[in-house]
Amino acid sequence: MASPAPAIVRPTKTGAELALAETFAAVRASLPGGPDVAAQRTAAFDTFADAGLPHRRVESWKYTDLRALMRDAKPLAPLPDADAKAKAVAAGSLFSTLGFRRLVVVNGTFVPELSDLSDLEPGVTIASMADALADPAGLPASYLGRTVASPDAVLALNTALMGDGVVVHVAAGASIPRPVELVFVTTAETPVAAFTRSLVVVEDGASLSLVESHEGPAGIAYQVNTALELVVGAGATFERVKVTTEGSDAVHLATMLAKVGADARFSNTFFTTGGAVVRNQLLLHLAGENVKAHMGGVSLLAGKQHADTMLSVDHAAPAGESRESFRAVLDGASQDIFQGKIAVRQAAQKTDARMLSRALLLTETAESCNKPELEIFADDVQCGHGCTTGTLDQQIKFYLMARGIPAKEAEALLIQAFVGEVIDAIGEDGIRTALAEATRAWLLGRE
Amino acid sequence: MAPLLEIKDLHAEIAGGRKIINGMNLTINPGEVHAIMGPNGAGKSTLSYVLSGKPGYEITGGEVIFRGVNLLDLSPDERAAQGLFLCFQYPLEIPGVSNMAFLHTAVNSQRKKRGEVELTSPELVRKVRELGKTLGIDADMLKRPVNVGFSGGEKKRNETLQMMLLEPYFCVLDEADSGLDIDALKVVSNGVNALRSPERSMLVITHYQRLLDYIVPDVVHVFNAGRIVHTGGKELALELEATGYAQYQSEAA
Ligand SMILES: Nc1ncnc2c1ncn2[C@@H]1O[C@H](COP(=O)(O)OP(=O)(O)O)[C@@H](O)[C@H]1O
Ligand SMILES: [Mg+2]
Repeated sequence: MASPAPAIVRPTKTGAELALAETFAAVRASLPGGPDVAAQRTAAFDTFADAGLPHRRVESWKYTDLRALMRDAKPLAPLPDADAKAKAVAAGSLFSTLGFRRLVVVNGTFVPELSDLSDLEPGVTIASMADALADPAGLPASYLGRTVASPDAVLALNTALMGDGVVVHVAAGASIPRPVELVFVTTAETPVAAFTRSLVVVEDGASLSLVESHEGPAGIAYQVNTALELVVGAGATFERVKVTTEGSDAVHLATMLAKVGADARFSNTFFTTGGAVVRNQLLLHLAGENVKAHMGGVSLLAGKQHADTMLSVDHAAPAGESRESFRAVLDGASQDIFQGKIAVRQAAQKTDARMLSRALLLTETAESCNKPELEIFADDVQCGHGCTTGTLDQQIKFYLMARGIPAKEAEALLIQAFVGEVIDAIGEDGIRTALAEATRAWLLGRE
Repeated sequence: MAPLLEIKDLHAEIAGGRKIINGMNLTINPGEVHAIMGPNGAGKSTLSYVLSGKPGYEITGGEVIFRGVNLLDLSPDERAAQGLFLCFQYPLEIPGVSNMAFLHTAVNSQRKKRGEVELTSPELVRKVRELGKTLGIDADMLKRPVNVGFSGGEKKRNETLQMMLLEPYFCVLDEADSGLDIDALKVVSNGVNALRSPERSMLVITHYQRLLDYIVPDVVHVFNAGRIVHTGGKELALELEATGYAQYQSEAA
């Protein structure tokens, strides 16, 4: 008996997908935001439900098969109680001595009493995402989901389930010398899931430096799905460093959507040492001409850690400059994935885009994977990419040892130099020093 | 007086089983400067690597006693802390590691291993700057990554700086003059000569006599096919310059 072949073969839903659908059905009515936000959530969940968790056949997730890596969906984290908040006090220790303005999110919920909201600089407004979503005239109403369009299923899931996060607005022309630090910490003792969403708008000619850290307990299989939307106005300057030191069993999925206006400066650096599975996706849209964008990343991985960085840089206007510089140091049987896509639209003449990713394998069982992709529709552009995978130079190591430096210290010096190329490009002195120290601490902790 | 270094019937091969050091014997007393001369391919650089512990060589016989310990049992960094210094023929470039940080780590690693007090940053910087001045090494060269973009002469001056700073008991100089013009050669050999002392010995490896006009040895050895085939005083160097190595090559065969 002949029957028409179905156009789409939709695989059976996984346990995690079913659990997410149940969660969404159960909590949708109590999630923050008015009817518009609710409609946004429903549409997003439909997008997710259609696509399912990303798997091998989804090109941008080719090397991170979430269907296999995320066997189940954890229950949403409850609102943090006094105990959870007490445990969060010491979070963000990497930068705690630098005097940044700390804004703390515990188990997915913004906690004002742990945050520094005093003496806000003129031009700065800070709110919790939950409050802002509930305000029909709030910033999310104008920007959320409207910065960079993406069909990504993990982002859609974030939009459907986003609970809280931070909203920062910097008024036109305001220059904020004191960096803002978003501290995301999971303190739960059982596996939970948190969906956080933040929004940062830096208006024309303003400047802001943002640090974002994500951490949590070792040995607990918690799940983090976090997203940041960013709008950088014309002539504005924005720098961000995102540090991921999640616990050993955590799954951390992060999306950044950034829209950058003419003559603006944009810089983003990822620094990843923690988490079982870490995905950092950055979609950058160079909307105005003459933008200078810098993207850096350092992954220091060991054991069976898996980190995947996916960049998509969209040169939509003329004379943009983008630089991507990524380093992975891989110990044990860890895996690092780098996927970098540069698209240059026809209008984006005089684009200058360059991408370099380098991996250093410390063992024979570590793996690195590079997938550069160029899509160029303009003719007067400069585009280049390079990737290398190598091991420590034994000749240089011997030279250092011949001067009295023990093997482990010699390796540490060489590895610090390797990642130093990225860290040194960060503008804030204190952050550079803190990341260099974090690198050193990671190296000294190596077995 | 106990010898500083004793090499006894040393045999060594490179990976693959090719024999390079072939029954080498040499005794060096404290304060002595010995020169080893020999044709290209004789195994001179291999000897320097075997002494300093470079991986990739297999010792198939013999022993090396240095300041009372069996040198061949030690890792390269332990040999350095024990007072051995190899001045590289081709010093390596180390991108991303500043010269000053490198020197600081080297000095303090050695001090730590010997149970001595480590130098503070200001102490180290002062010392390095003073030594640098005598070698024409300026602050900029100290800030730059080790040897990156240095000329041949600058690299050798940098080697000499490390040697002066680390104050080893025994220096092996492998073709210290290669790539040097006459002015640089003078600067480097002045540095080396300043280090000569009754406690410190040197092994100067070269296949040209020229270097030995500046670093005048007490003893000259002719080295061929992995062992010393003839020994004489400093005048032997001049003789070799005139006659070449041919007679010793046949002697070895
Ligand atoms: N790592 C190596 N691999 C292969 N051959 C080597 C290696 N090191 C040295 N040799 C060979 O060993 C011999 C001695 O080399 P070397 O010690 O550099 O001599 P010299 O310094 O006296 O010129 C040469 O024939 C050289 O080709
Ligand atoms: Mg040689």
